[in-house]
Amino acid sequence: MQTDPNGPNPKKSKDSPSNSANTESTQSPSPFPDEVLEKVLSFLNSDKDRSSVSLVCKDWYNAERWTRTKLFIGNCYSVSPEIVARRFTKIKSVTLKGKPRFSDFNLVPQNWGADVHYWLLMFANVYPFLEELRLKRMTISDESLELLATSFPGFRALSLMSCDGFSTDGLKAIATHCRSLTELDIQDVDMDDFCGGWLSCFPEDFGSLEVLNFATLDSEVNFDALERLVSQCKSLRVLKVNKTITLDQLQRLLLRAPQLMELGTGSFQQELLPGQFGDLGIAFSNCKNLRTLSGLWEVASIYFPVLYVACASLTFLNLNYTALRSDEFGSLLAHCPNLRRLWVLDTVEDKGLEAVGSSCPLLEELRVFPADPYDQHLHRGVTESGFVAVSRGCRKLHYVLYFCWQMTNAAVATIVQNCPNFTHFRLCIMNPGRPDYLTNEPMDEAFGAVVKNCTKLQRLSMSGLLTDLTFEYIGKYAKNLETLSVAFAGSSDRGMQCVLEGCPKLRKLEIRDCPFGNAALLSGLEKYETMRSLWMSSCNVTINACQRLAREMPRLNVEVMKDKESDDSRADKVYVYRSVAGPRRDAPPFVLTL
Amino acid sequence: MERASAAYENDLNLKATELRLGLPGTDESSEKQSSRNYKRSSPEMDNSCQKDEQKCVPASKAQVVGWPPVRSYLKNVLHQKNDSDLSGMFVKVSMDGAPYLRKIDIKVYKNYPDLLKALENMFKCSIGVYSEREGCNGSDFSPTYEDKDGDWMLVGDVPWDMFITSCKRLRIMKGSEAKGLGCL
Repeated sequence: MQTDPNGPNPKKSKDSPSNSANTESTQSPSPFPDEVLEKVLSFLNSDKDRSSVSLVCKDWYNAERWTRTKLFIGNCYSVSPEIVARRFTKIKSVTLKGKPRFSDFNLVPQNWGADVHYWLLMFANVYPFLEELRLKRMTISDESLELLATSFPGFRALSLMSCDGFSTDGLKAIATHCRSLTELDIQDVDMDDFCGGWLSCFPEDFGSLEVLNFATLDSEVNFDALERLVSQCKSLRVLKVNKTITLDQLQRLLLRAPQLMELGTGSFQQELLPGQFGDLGIAFSNCKNLRTLSGLWEVASIYFPVLYVACASLTFLNLNYTALRSDEFGSLLAHCPNLRRLWVLDTVEDKGLEAVGSSCPLLEELRVFPADPYDQHLHRGVTESGFVAVSRGCRKLHYVLYFCWQMTNAAVATIVQNCPNFTHFRLCIMNPGRPDYLTNEPMDEAFGAVVKNCTKLQRLSMSGLLTDLTFEYIGKYAKNLETLSVAFAGSSDRGMQCVLEGCPKLRKLEIRDCPFGNAALLSGLEKYETMRSLWMSSCNVTINACQRLAREMPRLNVEVMKDKESDDSRADKVYVYRSVAGPRRDAPPFVLTL
Repeated sequence: MERASAAYENDLNLKATELRLGLPGTDESSEKQSSRNYKRSSPEMDNSCQKDEQKCVPASKAQVVGWPPVRSYLKNVLHQKNDSDLSGMFVKVSMDGAPYLRKIDIKVYKNYPDLLKALENMFKCSIGVYSEREGCNGSDFSPTYEDKDGDWMLVGDVPWDMFITSCKRLRIMKGSEAKGLGCL
């Protein structure tokens, strides 16, 4: 996150008599009136800057809290609705994140918590002019959506990412009541899709949408209603439809929305007559502002020509849902020279990645997902050579997520030499604990090379056979590391200790199936208060140690979940996070709060 | 987890590389727990390959909860795509009058004549592609296919590439039914 450059005013007032972090009540007047300070502060958008500002002195704390309009809460349990309501009065936009990230992989049971309802009740009371709500990994019920839709007359933007607990009934309420809605963005949710009728609940004259993303829903929507919506929403810039939308329907939508910047298509599984082919091509070519393309279910290479014109200006191509072979992928990529972000399935294989290296010199982000994560077709996909090929051609690469079955230390060393600017390096060798397949050595040197070469590294996910040496490297070199994900790695407590002691900017640490025990856990007592959270599952931690942690650090919430079969002393899943709200009151019975 | 035992310079961490049936990160004393922790869907281990990992093909893959860390929405999508794109496109072929069906991989063929030749070999008959001029080429059999919408179509109307993406199964029709196709 970038810090805004400090304006002259803040620096000046550092000399003012009222500047003292410990001032209880300032006697001497501020050099300028509150209104001026507030006006200046209203330009500050970054949360980090606002946090810093609020620590300067009481005047500044107050000025900041009266001018803050955007609230970002990275862990919904780190603070309570009451505390937020007391501090801020003018909130218009809220971002809330709930469950630990490993809940994405079924490691957190259902009904764990992170229900937004209590927050909404507070918002309805205190922030009636709320406009935006963005939730990630939270539970939201239809009742909550109804409350949301009816409590805030100016509500404009709803974004639900990886959320659960609701159904299309809730969406009906939003469509019906939110007259000023500009954004409805639903991604990766676990919801009940009863029918597509929610879309028809938008009023007939509705025209304010700018973002509409319902790609993850299954049910067919009323196409006439959708077509009318799209033609009336002249500012629509993001449209991501679901699989039920056919190609000729897509063509009609595109004709009505040539201004689109981001498009998620429906299914390409439709036999087109030659005339229809041409029409679709024209419709795509009309969209001169298209930068992002996704969806593309069941697209086959015969359809590529309709996309070529659009591909020329694309900066983000998401082929997550399309199992392409390397040759077809290569021919598509040849038309995408301006790509900055690319998501693909590993069916394109190394040959496909070579095409990436040669066709996309501006590439900054690459994600390669496994088409077959459970290896039913025996180790197909990409290998280290594909990754190396990309690094040779794409020198601006700084974000990678790579799933593969084999890797070598030498390959990773080459990769980070070619691309030293990595900020996010997430490598998943899908066989847990797999060594360098050529030398049979651990992958320590690979990740050592990553942290030594990539000084800007913020996020790291590791895999393969790793000893404590990897963690020593991380502790020694990864000075900008904020998020670390570890699985099936390490040899002893020392590994985890190295990281806790050595990484000053660490905020999130998530660990599973590692031999880290109580000594490791307890070595980070003060450290955890500087972090957002720690997750440890299937490690060697006992409940006693967790209790000790809870006792010694009252401002940390220490939660334990036990597996049914394990013995009483083990803490199978531990979630530790700092909080000013105290232990949570909505913990389900399977969560022990220590 | 199979792994070749290797001593390496830095750290004689032989324990981490010794041959055993637990996943790395667990020691022997907790081996019993490891099976509980990992919640394998099937209890068997890949003890078929203890040697060189590269050459080995695991007999059965035991699955670990939440691993690999792939989001479930992605998994759902991919399972739908599984057979057709990754391992060839096998479709059932039925021939009127034959007691059992066959299966062929239509991705192996480059065009219609190739496919028909293969079908003729398989069923020892002569099959004609319908054309406007010649009808069913004088043969007694007509190849038809079921497309993705569930409709039965005559083989040969659409371009080959489109055919292989939409063909779900083949049926070789015989006799009077076939002749009926020739008259519109």
